Amino acid sequence: MVSFWSGYALPTIIIILEVLAIIIPLLVAVAYLTYAERKVMAAMQLRQGPNIVGPFGLLQPMADGLKLLTKETIIPAGSNRALFLAAPMVTFLLSLVAWAVIPFGAGLVLSNINVGVLYLFAVSSLGVYGIIIAGWASNSKYAFLGGLRSAAQMVSYEVSIGLVIVSVLLCAGSLNLSRIVEAQHTIWFAVPLFPMFIVFFISGLAETNRAPFDLPEGESELVGGYNVEYSAMTFALFFLGEYANMILMSALTTILFLGGWLPPLGIPPLTWIPGPIWFFAKIAACLFVFIWVRATMPRYRYDQLMRLGWKIFLPFSLIWVLVTAGVLETFGWLPK
Amino acid sequence: MIVQALAFYLFSAIMVASAVMVIASRNPVHSVVFLITAFFNAAGLLLLIGAEFVAMILIIVYIGAVAVLFLFVVMMLDVDFGQLRKGASQYLPLGGAVGLVLLAELLLVLGGWVVAPSAGTLALAPTPAVEQMSNTVALGHVLYTHYFYVFQASGVVLLIAMIGAIVLTLRERQGVRRQRIEGQVSRRRDEVVAVTKVRVGEGV
Repeated sequence: MVSFWSGYALPTIIIILEVLAIIIPLLVAVAYLTYAERKVMAAMQLRQGPNIVGPFGLLQPMADGLKLLTKETIIPAGSNRALFLAAPMVTFLLSLVAWAVIPFGAGLVLSNINVGVLYLFAVSSLGVYGIIIAGWASNSKYAFLGGLRSAAQMVSYEVSIGLVIVSVLLCAGSLNLSRIVEAQHTIWFAVPLFPMFIVFFISGLAETNRAPFDLPEGESELVGGYNVEYSAMTFALFFLGEYANMILMSALTTILFLGGWLPPLGIPPLTWIPGPIWFFAKIAACLFVFIWVRATMPRYRYDQLMRLGWKIFLPFSLIWVLVTAGVLETFGWLPK
Repeated sequence: MIVQALAFYLFSAIMVASAVMVIASRNPVHSVVFLITAFFNAAGLLLLIGAEFVAMILIIVYIGAVAVLFLFVVMMLDVDFGQLRKGASQYLPLGGAVGLVLLAELLLVLGGWVVAPSAGTLALAPTPAVEQMSNTVALGHVLYTHYFYVFQASGVVLLIAMIGAIVLTLRERQGVRRQRIEGQVSRRRDEVVAVTKVRVGEGV
């Protein structure tokens, strides 16, 4: 009985607590990301933004969440019921499981697996299913078109993301996320791999279906895209998933290019600030750029989006991988 | 240990059940979804034996790319699968024979390990212990040192297959108006804009 307690029950409880310690702050962060988005965009467009509910409108996300919770979930008569309900769950679930391998600080990670980068890549490549199944199961033209667009877009940009990750891995010499961060001790990879950093960030915008690549939901032509038929909690799950994916993409950018939890320079006043704070600050900076782009850029046309992905990013990142490998090999800088 | 065993039975039971559902379900989209479930559980089984790299690649390649395209095609096609399936039972002997041959081959390979345990030592590169290197590193060593040429050759084969598929489906269509971005960008004002003085009542 004692061995059962210390061998199985206790670790299970600890793991569940750790998972909750990640997921609950994440959901709060998602709620306040929507608030931040509205406030920042309002400031950029000389508006007030939400300012009625609570001080400075701080309770607005809670009010929105409550509204979605109390609404009625409508399932269209012609829809495929099981898949219709499964799609938002899959989207939400995938946006949460990815956080299992994210290192928040030195040794501060739920599951420090050897193939962390591949795990994240796998999870992000599964994200397309929620959307394409939602589009199909709704049994609606607009939703289906939105789903197809999104699937094509995510598959296309995944290719260039893969190549960018390869060039980072060449420099880091490991698939483990903590090791990748530690490899940036001397210099952040954003400096030597600057073009890749830009490609990764833009591909990240496309991968998360954010402006200027938010064609899957292009409301002016598709009335809202793959989630037209969704309401209440099912819609909320898509919404949460999308914003959690934004935070995840920012975290990934931070880990791969901006040195994760490391301070910009290893000198005292900067090293006094604990690692997780640096990590969150960098994520916040990336998220700000996400919002900034949305407030600034017009939406891409679909053929231009495909052209950018396949004819510009793919050859460019492929060549850059070769250049990186060649330079590392020539100068003997390949990590052991 | 008991948790691993439970996980093994869970994964394999779901995998076999969903593999049956792939061929049993009436709706082709459901079939693809069950196929994805089967792949997923296969990845779980690979994780259980410690082949983490292969498990992740299975998810990325098969679920993240191949099955997406399957789903794409199946959703777009308007095929009456009930009609297609009508005469399917006449292929049962042939399908069964193929299955039997595959089963026999599998038994031969796996049986070799049991009958002659020394067969494993014939491999070109011995498997390093898990403590010494992670299996990503081990795979890299095996592929890029001992089997380098074979590995490259299989890459070339895939490349040729890809080019072949593109060549087979490529067709020149007449009268398509394509966007030429370099032409648009290099346009100068003088070439496209002319200022004319228009007299009243005459037009251009």
